[in-house]
Amino acid sequence: MIKLTRFHGGLHLAGHKAESRAHGLQQATIPERLFLPIRQHIGECNKPLVEPGDRVLKGQIIAANPSLICAAVHAPSSGTVSAIGDYPVAHPSGQPDTCIVIDVDGKDEAAEPDLPDPRQLTPDAMMERICRAGIVGLGGATFPTSPKLSRGKASGIDTLIINGVECEPYITCDDILMRHYSAEVLRGTGYLQQILHPTNTLIAIEDNKPEAIAEISRALAQTPLTNTDVIPVPTIYPSGGEKQLIHILTGKEVPRGQLAFDIGLFCQNVGTCVAITRALEKDEALISRVVTISGDNINAPGNWETRLGTPINHLIELAGGYRHAAGANLVMGGPMMGFSLSGHQVPIVKASNCIMVMCEETAPHTSGYHDECIRCSKCTEVCPAQLLPQQLYWHARAKNWERTREYHLSDCIECGCCSTVCPSQIPLVQYYRAAKSEIQATQKAQLKSDRARARFEFREQRLLLKKQKAEERRRLKREALQKKHDKSGASKPISDPVLAALARVKARKKSLQEDSQ
Amino acid sequence: MTSIAISSSFLPPGNTLRRLMIQVIIALVPGTLAYAWHFGSGVIINIVLAVLFALALEAGILKLRARPVMPHLSDFSAVVAAWLFALCLPMHSPWWLVLVGISFAMIAGKHLYGGLGFNPFNPAMVGYVALLISFPREMTSWYLPASVAGETLSLTDALRYSFGNIDINQFDALSSATPLDQIKTAIGQNISISEIRSSPVFGEYGGKGWEWISFWWFIGGLWLLLTRTIRWHIPVALLGGVLGMALVFYLANPEIYSSPLFHLLSGAVVIGAFFIATDPVTAATTDMGRLVYGLLIGLLIYIIRVWGSYPDGVAFSILLANMCVPLIDYYSQPRVYGEK
Repeated sequence: MIKLTRFHGGLHLAGHKAESRAHGLQQATIPERLFLPIRQHIGECNKPLVEPGDRVLKGQIIAANPSLICAAVHAPSSGTVSAIGDYPVAHPSGQPDTCIVIDVDGKDEAAEPDLPDPRQLTPDAMMERICRAGIVGLGGATFPTSPKLSRGKASGIDTLIINGVECEPYITCDDILMRHYSAEVLRGTGYLQQILHPTNTLIAIEDNKPEAIAEISRALAQTPLTNTDVIPVPTIYPSGGEKQLIHILTGKEVPRGQLAFDIGLFCQNVGTCVAITRALEKDEALISRVVTISGDNINAPGNWETRLGTPINHLIELAGGYRHAAGANLVMGGPMMGFSLSGHQVPIVKASNCIMVMCEETAPHTSGYHDECIRCSKCTEVCPAQLLPQQLYWHARAKNWERTREYHLSDCIECGCCSTVCPSQIPLVQYYRAAKSEIQATQKAQLKSDRARARFEFREQRLLLKKQKAEERRRLKREALQKKHDKSGASKPISDPVLAALARVKARKKSLQEDSQ
Repeated sequence: MTSIAISSSFLPPGNTLRRLMIQVIIALVPGTLAYAWHFGSGVIINIVLAVLFALALEAGILKLRARPVMPHLSDFSAVVAAWLFALCLPMHSPWWLVLVGISFAMIAGKHLYGGLGFNPFNPAMVGYVALLISFPREMTSWYLPASVAGETLSLTDALRYSFGNIDINQFDALSSATPLDQIKTAIGQNISISEIRSSPVFGEYGGKGWEWISFWWFIGGLWLLLTRTIRWHIPVALLGGVLGMALVFYLANPEIYSSPLFHLLSGAVVIGAFFIATDPVTAATTDMGRLVYGLLIGLLIYIIRVWGSYPDGVAFSILLANMCVPLIDYYSQPRVYGEK
């Protein structure tokens, strides 16, 4: 058994997990219309590959980008593309984004799968298939899995960590997934081992999920996997954060500015393992995921295996509708890291692990009022990144970006611990998110203007050089002419006609004198 | 008060400013009762007056500043500041002295800087120091504890005193310099500590009455620690600073330097350590910074007491340390996750 380490800060939170895990895993019906945002991952944006009117099959790629850091979007069911345009999406800004709308035909017809034995595939072929399936990290970060795997493979992996921690209150989608798809989780783990060749593998599950721990352990005993252990980790938020989990399991910290695989570690979410298994064994793209729907304003909280692109109101209907009619606050993600949605039309995407349906009055921060920071530092005590949140808040509010950089704003993992303990109820994370995006925008603008300036300066330089060259050429030519001229002038006698005449007169006089003598 | 969009966390708030302030008020009760027990009801009158004035001032200023009044009044921060300020005053003070001091505290100490959260100096200490400098006679007329004088002013007399309807000289027999003051004067006259300690105002360790009040401040401080209203760094460093300095000099020459326990149990060291220096707005915010900040206050208290011209130095020390807070905070940033 390995020795676990305690990370700095964190919170013991009321779990609220029992509500949603009571009914096990339910299959959500496919709605009549699916809305698929083309941007569902971190990295380069996809471009639509279909046009309105096209018929698409289940699993067909409908948006992609040849860039490496990218994950394609697939049609979750068969039907006809009815529109491509801006629709509400899950984004903290509340801005709409490009979506492909599919009118589902109900046949759920898939393209002919290509089914080689995944055990015979080379790592490169496996990663190629994972890439084609549009798989991203399903723990929330949505980083494309295939480039992460190839970077990891290149760095050499010592320990593979399968993350089934799921530390955020209310969310139980990974818990349910582990209990229903334990074999697929473990086969996916096996494929990751086949690609990365780690020395050992740790499957971390928070100890408030005894059924999942038991089920994974039972399934593990029946697999040929070696050097693989199930590790129950203490329930403390945010133990499921990649850096925190690494600290718990290995006692190591990922150095600033580096990534986990730089120190020989590779983390992958249990949901991603299942997606990998399906991609490799059944040639299935990532077109569905398990979504928790919970909160105090939903009649039947539960977990639903949902096709991507399903509008949230469809799920809310499946879960028995709102408990209290008047005003609901919809949040995508958990209560700690989630963000409010602009409406119930927003579709489920690859990142949607949970939909919180809350009564408007129970949600804090809605009044728009918060007290001022009294510098009590309770935020500092709980910050798992060991930052000084109250100083960051101060400088973020003053828009002093230089200072926020000095206080390591970029190291903030937005876990929400600081906002939760703040006695003044300051939505600190909101300030940090705003500051981060503003800094990013400033940097982009800076980069653009730097590039423009560099281009301008280069042009000026080039023109100056051209001018100088032309001048140099002219000077050389003038000098050459001058030289030529000078040379011919020296070889000739004096050509002044007056002098010549005088000389002639002189010569004649002389000859006359000589004649007369 | 700031208005921004909705964001995480979406959990109901676990802690509020008001709850923190109520914890402080609860912790102040035993010490305050001990104070009244030993020195009469004057201190209660001071507290009530100061709190009423503070709330009225706060409401008026918030109104002038066009800020919401009720949310700020109900956070009880003004009550705590006024209570602490009233505890610094001599036990019998005229009402106008309380009003002038608390006005200076609330206006110059708090709202001119932008209100709660923006004041660099502890408002209660600002008010107290303003009075100490402006009204030295009123601010140094202290009274004997019941255990020495045999009696304290009755509630009616104390009220009449506070509202100026009574001749101050009538109670001359009850007034006396504080033990710290007496030590300071005696050392100045080359009287040794052991001689002066035979005066009836001295108790077992500190001043009679005072040592018990300090004890109850200590109990209140423990309550604050247990409820995690404050953390241990500032009180421990501050008390460590005072005790450390006192021990070194006491061991060197006990005839002219008082014992560490005397320093601990006299004047405002304990209440300063647990209640005043720990004011989060004006204190350092990092763990390391808080140790430095507390230690600095402790050293300054001892230096001012022994070599300065004031008998006690808690208020000055805290204000001086408040000044250093931005510097201390900047240079005591903790190591960030993943930083070598």
